[in-house]
Amino acid sequence: MESYELFNSDTQAIIYGFQANPVQRMLDFDYICKRKKPSVAAMIRPTQEAAIAYHKVFWGSKEIVIPIYKTLQMAVKKHPSADVMINFASFRSAYDTSKEALETDTIRVVVIIAEGVPERQSRILLKIAEERNKVIIGPATVGGIKAGAFKIANTAGTLENILLSKLYRPGSVGFVSKSGGLSNEMNFMIAQTTDGVYESIAIGGDRYPGSRLIDHLLRYEANPNIKMLVCLGEIGGTEEYEIVDTLKNGKITKPIAIWVTGTAAKILPKGLQFGHAGAMAGSSKETAEAKNQALKEAGALVPESYEDFDKLIKETYEKLVQEGKIKPAKEEEPPKIPTDFNEAVRLGLVRRPTDVVVTVSDDRGDVPTFAGVGLDNIVRENRSIGYVIGLLWFKRELPEFAQQFIEMVIKLTADHGPAVSGAHNAIITARAGKDLMSALASGILTIGPRFGGAISDAAKYIREALQKGMNPPEFIKYMKDVVQINIPGIGHRIKSVQNPDVRVLLLKEFVFKNFKKHPHLDFALEVEKLTTSKRNNLILNVDGCIGITFLDLLENLDFTSEEIEDVIYSEALNGLFVLGRSIGMMGHIFDQKRQRAGLYRQPWDEILFSE
Amino acid sequence: MAQKNIYEYDAKRLIASELAKYYPEFKYHNKLAVIDCETDIDKAIADNSWMKTEKVVVKPDQLFGKRGKANLLLLDANCDEMKDFCYSNLNRVCEIGNVRGALKRLLVEPFIPHEKEYYVSITTERDGDVIHFSFEGGIFVEENWDKVVHIPIPIETDITTFDLEGKMPDLGDSNNILIPFIKGLYQVFVDQDFAFLEINPFAITEDNKIVPLDVKARLDDTAMFLHADTWGNPENPIEFPAGFGQELSLEEVRIKELDEKTGASLKLTILNREGNVWTMVAGGGASVVYTDTIADLGFSEELGNYGEYSGNPSQEHTEIYAQTLIDLITKAPNLKGKEKFLIIGGGIANFTDVKATFAGIVSAIKKSADKLKQANVKIFVRRGGPNEKQGLELMRQTGEETGIPIEIYDRYSSMTRPVARMIEEIRGEK
Repeated sequence: MESYELFNSDTQAIIYGFQANPVQRMLDFDYICKRKKPSVAAMIRPTQEAAIAYHKVFWGSKEIVIPIYKTLQMAVKKHPSADVMINFASFRSAYDTSKEALETDTIRVVVIIAEGVPERQSRILLKIAEERNKVIIGPATVGGIKAGAFKIANTAGTLENILLSKLYRPGSVGFVSKSGGLSNEMNFMIAQTTDGVYESIAIGGDRYPGSRLIDHLLRYEANPNIKMLVCLGEIGGTEEYEIVDTLKNGKITKPIAIWVTGTAAKILPKGLQFGHAGAMAGSSKETAEAKNQALKEAGALVPESYEDFDKLIKETYEKLVQEGKIKPAKEEEPPKIPTDFNEAVRLGLVRRPTDVVVTVSDDRGDVPTFAGVGLDNIVRENRSIGYVIGLLWFKRELPEFAQQFIEMVIKLTADHGPAVSGAHNAIITARAGKDLMSALASGILTIGPRFGGAISDAAKYIREALQKGMNPPEFIKYMKDVVQINIPGIGHRIKSVQNPDVRVLLLKEFVFKNFKKHPHLDFALEVEKLTTSKRNNLILNVDGCIGITFLDLLENLDFTSEEIEDVIYSEALNGLFVLGRSIGMMGHIFDQKRQRAGLYRQPWDEILFSE
Repeated sequence: MAQKNIYEYDAKRLIASELAKYYPEFKYHNKLAVIDCETDIDKAIADNSWMKTEKVVVKPDQLFGKRGKANLLLLDANCDEMKDFCYSNLNRVCEIGNVRGALKRLLVEPFIPHEKEYYVSITTERDGDVIHFSFEGGIFVEENWDKVVHIPIPIETDITTFDLEGKMPDLGDSNNILIPFIKGLYQVFVDQDFAFLEINPFAITEDNKIVPLDVKARLDDTAMFLHADTWGNPENPIEFPAGFGQELSLEEVRIKELDEKTGASLKLTILNREGNVWTMVAGGGASVVYTDTIADLGFSEELGNYGEYSGNPSQEHTEIYAQTLIDLITKAPNLKGKEKFLIIGGGIANFTDVKATFAGIVSAIKKSADKLKQANVKIFVRRGGPNEKQGLELMRQTGEETGIPIEIYDRYSSMTRPVARMIEEIRGEK
């Protein structure tokens, strides 16, 4: 690369900060410029844990990855040919990060995007840059662009604007300004009045920019591809006088059209911050009028007002064309970038089937909804857990008695002591030093046909009996002869007719009081009469009673029989048991953990060792 | 975000608290008091007993100098004289350098008898700072500017080992006081991110103590985050007052508060409430160009405001900003039935969403449609950037729906085309 060049079409940058959008915009620009390789070599994200992560971006229509390093040091080592760093660090850390970049051997240009870098820090950075023969663009800038070769971050806005401003191929004009916003305006204006910009840099609005207008103008002067210079100066500071001096001593020979903005400062209150940080005239020499006058006298082309700037640029360009000094750049059609999927969806150009249908909740809005009911309402109206279960499990607002029934079931199933298989497994797992989730899962995994399974099985067979129109004796015979199992939900180890289970009494009492109809319970009680006549502990137990009364609950709600079938098929009954029992199992796990209980080992004397 | 003036009171206090770190011989009396319109003067005297026991100096502390020449400096006064001076001057309107304003804030400190007045100031340049020093301080320093020595200090110089003495004039007996004082002062300047500091004059008392008499200072407010332990304490930050006679209006305060709340930039300065030309321009650079063009073409007296919005402000904030301007433009009397103009301008944005920001502006226009029509307001629009077509179309529809004349220009017209069009209109060259 020649000394007057900062970038060419092989230039690669390291981006400080995770900046997905600017990076994609740079790559889109690269693609329409037909660059061979992407202009972004890597990103730096100091907050990440991994030494290297990867970020997916589009390169035309295909996807590629860009590495993200934790440290600049590593990025520089892996990408020694990347000689530009675009620094998106905030004003708080722009100094340290830029300094680190300037002190590397490979980074040659540092672009500082942040606005509000302390002036003393900027001045220290530019001293380091000077000593190490490096270039800073910024702070407080959008960056700049070398048409057809390299685009800094967000410069030049959207792809549409890049195409309209013909930035995908070099023109003949070198442009530099302070303002990033105006540089975008000027790129388009120059494309309208000439064959477009060759390079355009916004040095940033600070009082002490890392590189000055004159630094870039001198580069443009040295570059034989640039035929005319355009510059937008600004009130405040004395930078433009460097241009005056350079014009006077003949170091700038190419035509230069320039306008210094801020002529209206005289009508504004003294000391008013006018546009940028550096834009405040400290003396009469720093006013826009004085600078425009001095530039005009030194031979620059200065319009009467900004309104005439475009005409002046056009005339200057056309004169150079007539004189044969400019051969207008050839027009060419840049390759098309495929529309982003999201954009295409927005425009209604594409559609795509989804993979999952969800009907119970939605978290896309301001407030998550459960079956259409806002979580805020649920909380504000102090709704019960039974109500929430109704929404999420059955997509309904359950009536009060149904909510109470569900909560009662949860209470009744919450725990059944430490010895049952679920609690036992949970305790053993917790004592083996496993976490809460593992211990709970190991307890839940024991729930099935023998533990807790009686609930759903009792419901299943009693429902079958009623559907098939069996009477109780037929049902008992059916279970014995055809299904060939004991009737699930009937029988208790300890409780009996004389010693009834209080939980069953409570359930029955609730159902008789609150349910309009209870055919399943009635049927089961008929069956119980027959079984207890054989043996007094063949009572309807709590599992059976829960399963059967749950069927009655569904009968009392506005479920169709198909919907009831779905509820049973979807294992809602097991769900109630799992939900309830999880409370108790967690209690046991917390209990063991609080005690810091050690590993459990079953004693040998509980085991019969045999051949 | 830039260099900001601070009160003399704050400047002195900052120097007093920091200078002794580098120049331990600096023993400041720390007797400083501000008397403003709300102060109970008798209570202030009771709190600062030295006001009764010592002779005092009283002067305005409102960012303007040459107070002696303006007869606003009370010297060597006793307590009663001080009270009289405060009562007769507070709230008094006077004119300082063509600016009219009320005296609102006085600084009281002990009177220091002295014979010689010295001058020192520190300024910043690109490659370093400059220390300016003179034996001829006080009100005549400008007339004696040729006697001021200017000593460039390259950036990152260790001032403690820097040969300052060799670059100064012969300081005679005072050398051992002045050199460490100036070096210490420079360290404070660097450490505290001053952008400008001028002590004119300072005196050396009989017991060889340095006393700053008048101080003017600017801080680099972008460095605030580095100084949480001194002037940048987020709970109690130093005040950056507006210049004399430039108290912010209600509207300006509202926009300033909005600006401070967001990452975007929203600025408003009212120039002339009776103006017929108002601007709502996007972008710091573009807003300057619009204001310039209005002034260059001879219409500065008609200009109502200077301001800008940028950095992709939210639709809501843009609407508040637009509503504030619409209220201003429609509030001013329009007795002659003259047309008024609102220029909604801007360059081609890099990333500000034209459609979203225009949606905010349009919402304000629609809410105030009757007001705008009654005030005979014509609107000119020019803008480019992301979603520019939809944004401009929104404006066009708004014109049609409300009946407010809205002329719209896109990127293919010069950025300041609305200004030129407006002037054609004023001159009747439709």
